[in-house]
Amino acid sequence: MMQRFECLRAIYDQLENCLVVTIMGAVACELQSLGHKPNFFYLQHAMGLGSSTGLGLALCLPQQKVVVFDGDGSILMNLGGYTTLARYRPKNLVHVVFDNESLLSVGGFPTATSTGSDLEGVAHASGIARTKTVHTIEEFKHAFDDALRTNDLTSMVAKVEAVGPKGYVTELALLENRFQFKRYIEKLTTEARRHGERKN
Amino acid sequence: MPVSLANSGVVYDALKKCDIGLVSALPETWLVHLIRMAEDDPKMILVRLAKEEEGVGISAGAHFAGVKSAMLMQNHGFLASINGIVSLAQLYRIPLLMLISYRGHFGERDPWQTQGGGVTEPLLRSLGIPYSFLDDPAKVEKRIAEAQTWAYASLHPAALLLTRELMWEEPA
Ligand SMILES: Cc1ncc(C[n+]2csc(CCOP(=O)(O)OP(=O)(O)O)c2C)c(N)n1
Repeated sequence: MMQRFECLRAIYDQLENCLVVTIMGAVACELQSLGHKPNFFYLQHAMGLGSSTGLGLALCLPQQKVVVFDGDGSILMNLGGYTTLARYRPKNLVHVVFDNESLLSVGGFPTATSTGSDLEGVAHASGIARTKTVHTIEEFKHAFDDALRTNDLTSMVAKVEAVGPKGYVTELALLENRFQFKRYIEKLTTEARRHGERKN
Repeated sequence: MPVSLANSGVVYDALKKCDIGLVSALPETWLVHLIRMAEDDPKMILVRLAKEEEGVGISAGAHFAGVKSAMLMQNHGFLASINGIVSLAQLYRIPLLMLISYRGHFGERDPWQTQGGGVTEPLLRSLGIPYSFLDDPAKVEKRIAEAQTWAYASLHPAALLLTRELMWEEPA
């Protein structure tokens, strides 16, 4: 079975020009260990709202690719959020659920995906046209590349092993991350505006 | 319907004056005109939610993107959003502007609204979320602008309670 860390490593370079939102705990820690960037925001609490935060970003910045790294436990707290994603269908949003069938970051309790609940099925039935479930690194890399290239909302489920780092607290303070992320976007939008003015 | 169209317009115009570019909403009776106004406005991004708490995430994303936003919900929607408010908006210092219709307070005829009506202000207070009332159309613009100014100065959620006085016109 593939590991989430390998998945992140396989696509890390492609995150350079994306706004990235992760959920708390293991995935935030793993992405940081590959190298923190100012365009990464780690939502270190508020289970379920990673996808909603990504939706807000994607709707307000339609020219900007937004990637959300979600978890099965987290999205299970906001299944309605799938219907909101489907309804607004932001073309610039890639939603990835790392489904380890577990609440790993609190010690590993099985979630309902371990007894057959199918998150891709929920996403699809919610009205998201482009959905996919992947099991290998090659499939993951291919599906992610494809989602980044495609001009449409994609929601994918990556089935991964329930393993992660030993601890979850990192050097980066929550607010430091938050202000850095906002400032990064400010710079992007100012540059885009200047560029637009030159063109006119 | 005895929901005040005129006062809904006053509230909507005030939001526009505050440069609100995104509104997230979950309907309830008092909010129908306001939501329709957002829908008819080509410059407004309206996000209709499945559950109000999503709106906290959407507003956080909008804030990071440099867009001013507001949440439109009833007080039971506020109750349903509390973890998001605490664990995202307060933890990450998001200037969340919440317009909450204050159901279940004096004058309420729907029995099911009354329990939530009684806990709305105590909860806002215990969360440390400052609030004021939208009760007089002449003061709506000023109160919304002041709440927004405070939310941005403090990077903290602020609430405006839409009252029966403003939103409801008793049929004669
Ligand atoms: C509302 C709420 N309930 C419980 C928790 C405790 N908690 C923190 S992380 C977590 C598990 C997250 O699971 P998942 O999204 O599947 O990600 P994983 O940890 O497996 O990577 C839980 C339950 C919380 N933060 N918030």
